[in-house]
Amino acid sequence: SAKIVVHLHPASSNKEPGPFQSSKYSYIKLSFKEHGQIEFYRRLSEEMTQRRWETMPTGQTIQVNKDPRAGRIRAVGIVGIERKLEEKRKETDKNISEAFEDLSKLMEKAKEMVELSKSIANKIKEKQGDITEDETIRFKSYLLSMGIANPVTRETYGSGTHYHMQLAKQLAGILQTPLEERGGIMSLTEVYCLVNRARGLELLSPEDLVNACKMLESLKLPLRLRIFDSGVMVIELQSHNEEEMVASALETVSEKGSLTADEFAKLVGMSVLLAKERLLLAEKMGHLCRDDSVEGLRFYPNLFMTQS
Amino acid sequence: MHRRGVGAGAIAKKKLAEAKYKERGTVLAEDQLAQMSKQLDMFKTNLEEFASKHKHEIRKNPEFRVQFQDMCATIGVDPLASGKGFWSEMLGVGDFYYELGVQIIEVCLALKHRNGGLITLEELHQQVLKGRGKFAQDVSQDDLLRAIKKLKVLGNGFGIIPVGGTYLIQSVPAELNMDHTVVLQLAEKKGYVTVSEIRSSLKWETERAKQVLEHLLKEGMAWLDAQAAGEPQYWLPALFTELYSQEITPEEAKEAIP
Repeated sequence: SAKIVVHLHPASSNKEPGPFQSSKYSYIKLSFKEHGQIEFYRRLSEEMTQRRWETMPTGQTIQVNKDPRAGRIRAVGIVGIERKLEEKRKETDKNISEAFEDLSKLMEKAKEMVELSKSIANKIKEKQGDITEDETIRFKSYLLSMGIANPVTRETYGSGTHYHMQLAKQLAGILQTPLEERGGIMSLTEVYCLVNRARGLELLSPEDLVNACKMLESLKLPLRLRIFDSGVMVIELQSHNEEEMVASALETVSEKGSLTADEFAKLVGMSVLLAKERLLLAEKMGHLCRDDSVEGLRFYPNLFMTQS
Repeated sequence: MHRRGVGAGAIAKKKLAEAKYKERGTVLAEDQLAQMSKQLDMFKTNLEEFASKHKHEIRKNPEFRVQFQDMCATIGVDPLASGKGFWSEMLGVGDFYYELGVQIIEVCLALKHRNGGLITLEELHQQVLKGRGKFAQDVSQDDLLRAIKKLKVLGNGFGIIPVGGTYLIQSVPAELNMDHTVVLQLAEKKGYVTVSEIRSSLKWETERAKQVLEHLLKEGMAWLDAQAAGEPQYWLPALFTELYSQEITPEEAKEAIP
């Protein structure tokens, strides 16, 4: 293979400490197994002529490599690399501070939008509803884009916009089959996960989902939003009748004597959350009685009703 | 039939009507809406420019995200309100947090049977990071808290309870009032609490302490060690440090996917 031999002058008496204090060789042999020797020779000659290392400041401490196997020549190259890293750090810092600056400017502009929306809201209040429905919808969609709460009605963000109407219709399509597979009812949390996992990108915010679901009934879609006493929110098929399901729940509980929400959930193949809601509803309707102890919440058929 | 709407008289009437219309100032709202629409377009352009320069900063840098969120909150803007908002569409903040929401729900569901629906922010953080894998973006605890705040609206009982410098995350619709919270905070130091400790620290009657502890037991958030030396100890699995970063088993993972 091609070789380049670099002959070295003897070390000067005031030589800086390095990886090796002395060597029996007075030359370095570079072996080029594949190729690259031509280019390397050119660059080496250039550097040997320019002697840039003699003019570069050597402020940085050059670490003495204690590893005897290292044998690498610690040269100005290391310092150059360190300097590059330092520059990159400074650059990153500069980028961050530039980003913060730009962010502040952007926020100033956003603040103006908030002020403007407040002023429009005030005008609307003054007019006491002399604003057309079309204008209301436009205003709402502007607020939605900016993420500003509706100052007039204090409604949650973006309720009643075209976007949420579209979304409601989409949901009705997407959720039909999953609902049928799950006995006609799903918690809103389940829906959120299901829909967003399917989307992958351009996900729905939790508020988008809730606002769209609130419109299901008014749009006469085959699903509806239902809120239990506990605050748990579910989507049901219109054809689903929770009160009827209670009757079959009562049968199941009677067969087993008594059931906890966990046990019932496993038997019927429901989530524990919804199983509990069904049992609570059955209790509310008077079909079941509770035995509430530290062992857990257990439901029994309400014999007070049936065997009086 | 008389022909209406023609002639000088009709024109005069029309002018009068227009004047009245203007008087009512309905036109004013229209003007302002038009102005808002224009300014919105301008803002969108500004945001696009910002995004092209700094979008990656938001993704990569948790501190920058915090700054961004705080500034938005200060001026009264919620960048996470809707996936359809400008912030979400152009900066991609939405997808980041909404996806995190899904991951948080999954972890909480998987571990609910172990801890009754209470989990420390630390453990949640660890489990979420594990689930995301090596190559995913880093998420901070602040990111988790923001995602959880958004999840509350789904009615699943998500709540954030401050305890001893960190937070317990509730993910079930169990009612936890001030009394429960305060006992949780007391238990945070050692992972368990006793009736005597509650009486001496909080100056409560035994009955009140017992009620709170029983409620936590019923909800599966506390476990009773009746064989402890002295008096029964009420342990909170959410606070068991030994259980931290125990893998989610395949059975638990199944539970997590509806």
